[in-house]
Amino acid sequence: MSEEAINAIIEKYRGQPSSLIHALVEIQHTNHWLPREVMHQVAGALQVPFAQVMQIASFYKTFSLTPKGRHEVHVCTGMTCHLRGAAGLQAKVEELTGLTDGQTDADAKFTFATGACLGSCSIAPELIVDGKHYGRMTPDKVEDVLKQYE
Amino acid sequence: MPKLQSAAELEKFRAKLLANRDNTKPCIAVCAGAACDGLDSATVAAAFKAAAAPFGDRIEVRTTGCHGYCERGPNVVVTPGDICYFEVSPADVPEVIAATLKGEVVERLVYHDPATGARAVHMADVPFYKHQTRLLMGDNPKIDPMKIDDYLALGGYAALVKALTTMSPEQVLDEVKKANLRGRGGGGFPAGLKWETTRNAPEKTKYVIVNGHEGESAAFMDRAMLTGNPHKILEGLIIGAYAIGAQKGFMYTRHDMPLLEKHVRNALAQAAQYGLLGKNILGSGFDFECELHFDVGIFVSGESSALMRSIEGNPPEPRPKYIRTSVSGIWDKPSNLNNVETWANVPQIIEKGADWFTSIGSEKSKGTKLISLSGHVLNSGIVEVPMGTPLRTLVFDIGGGVRDGKTLKAIHFGGAMGGSIPADLIDAPLDFDGMSKLGAPIGAGGLLLMDEDTDMVEVARYLMDFLTKESCGKCVPCREGMAQMLQILTGITQGQGAPGDIERLQDLIEVTGVASLCALGKTSGDPLKSMFRYFKPEYEARIAAGSDAK
Repeated sequence: MSEEAINAIIEKYRGQPSSLIHALVEIQHTNHWLPREVMHQVAGALQVPFAQVMQIASFYKTFSLTPKGRHEVHVCTGMTCHLRGAAGLQAKVEELTGLTDGQTDADAKFTFATGACLGSCSIAPELIVDGKHYGRMTPDKVEDVLKQYE
Repeated sequence: MPKLQSAAELEKFRAKLLANRDNTKPCIAVCAGAACDGLDSATVAAAFKAAAAPFGDRIEVRTTGCHGYCERGPNVVVTPGDICYFEVSPADVPEVIAATLKGEVVERLVYHDPATGARAVHMADVPFYKHQTRLLMGDNPKIDPMKIDDYLALGGYAALVKALTTMSPEQVLDEVKKANLRGRGGGGFPAGLKWETTRNAPEKTKYVIVNGHEGESAAFMDRAMLTGNPHKILEGLIIGAYAIGAQKGFMYTRHDMPLLEKHVRNALAQAAQYGLLGKNILGSGFDFECELHFDVGIFVSGESSALMRSIEGNPPEPRPKYIRTSVSGIWDKPSNLNNVETWANVPQIIEKGADWFTSIGSEKSKGTKLISLSGHVLNSGIVEVPMGTPLRTLVFDIGGGVRDGKTLKAIHFGGAMGGSIPADLIDAPLDFDGMSKLGAPIGAGGLLLMDEDTDMVEVARYLMDFLTKESCGKCVPCREGMAQMLQILTGITQGQGAPGDIERLQDLIEVTGVASLCALGKTSGDPLKSMFRYFKPEYEARIAAGSDAK
């Protein structure tokens, strides 16, 4: 992710305090995390206190204050996934990656997070890697899925 | 495409579109809805496009939004004839193309009843679809959501034309009031009355909002509508803005659905290009623009006042509603918010009239309702039935009953703030007021089946755990009360229940309910209340077993 792209997003919203969430979401989507200096830039350009930027960036799940791994692994913990065995999937992912919810490994290979609900309830339970859905998962199939990612 | 300057130009354009379309030409519609996408329907669609290419104009392949029968995806519908193929894989593609060109049917891919083996070829004969009234979802297989022309070819924006050219804003409002369209997001509040409040509010600047946040767990119909037929919602919104006198609209939706974002952005751009958004829409003198907004990953941002704070760029925290958002909402201006499904109902009410609309549904709940059917159900998917339809029809005739040959224990409605009712209430009709009285309000329409093995204490614990994590923390009774309830429930599930736990939970439900600002805290105890109403012995037994063990 180039500094240029981030700057372009910030410039687009310069002087518009009400576009704070727009700006943060766009930076998160392209850069996958929000570096502290970028948040300072956002605060300056959009004329909002840094504390307000942090308030939003630190509390809401959309945003990440640390770099993410190359691959984002999600287990849906929505109601149907839960009823159909999401806990087993989560345990298996945690066992295989050594990560708990929200963590990234030292090699920055995987970031693991639970989340609900992604609306693919008909194929519950599911594992999602980098936005690709693996539906009707069982714990014994998790390893084969994760093996495909380097 | 030049801007359409008047209603007449739009109708002329539509006539030209239709003249160039050949309804006898075979078309293969491949579903790209959330579930089918998870079953790799993109590969199936790509295979169809590649295989159809050599036949040029003789056959068309269309990628569409959700068809509904998610359980049997990837779904493919072939027109003419609405021939349904299920669980289609790339390997099936050449056979389907060959058969379609010859006007034949691939027998092995059509519906076969798992019990009797009876086959059903056409959509109208497939049991899952047969018992539905698909007024809102029915167009999905016929539309490429990236093409406004597909929507126009099905009569899209005709209701807007009718409203702008033949009706005054007051008449539009009266029609919606007369239709008794009730909010589909959970409240069931009459949309017309809400519109009227915003219309009559003294401020000149007014806003209209589509709430497409859909945070309710196991509800996935709004996403299916927004992704599969974005113009229908947009048309409803523009009509509503005209009736209310709003100049600007917001679509507020999820940040984590890339396809939804792509389709909605594209729909807004195309509508502007065609002159259906912007200044002087179709020469009527009415100006309206619409902006897309995303949530920040918290359940409470679907609550109206929190959502509006979020649009302003502030943290989505609810505020007290002594003054309603329809009077003072975004930037303190009157702001009318309705759910995706509510807006989607508006065009047909204007087009066909309130009398037609009120002829569908039950006495106090009119029209159809979209239901996301999931959990331990055999046929999961998105279902649309008239209000008042018995739950039995939903669960058994459409849903096919409980999977893996088990028996039904409970029906849960309304996600984390809903409720569970026992299987013997299966003949209750789907109705806003009736279901609320039973303790399982419809909510947005997520219906879950729970089989005989479901642990109802664990369900309540799970739901409380979800809500605890989603509380914004502003109200102490919500933040701390739910944490206490979760602790007690966790104790019970771990065999550490103590006598008095039920009473303690009931106290907490009451205090959290009366002392929290928004619905999240207020109704956080609703699932538990329904549990104590119908499944109390299960709780008592677990607590007794826990105390005995000590």
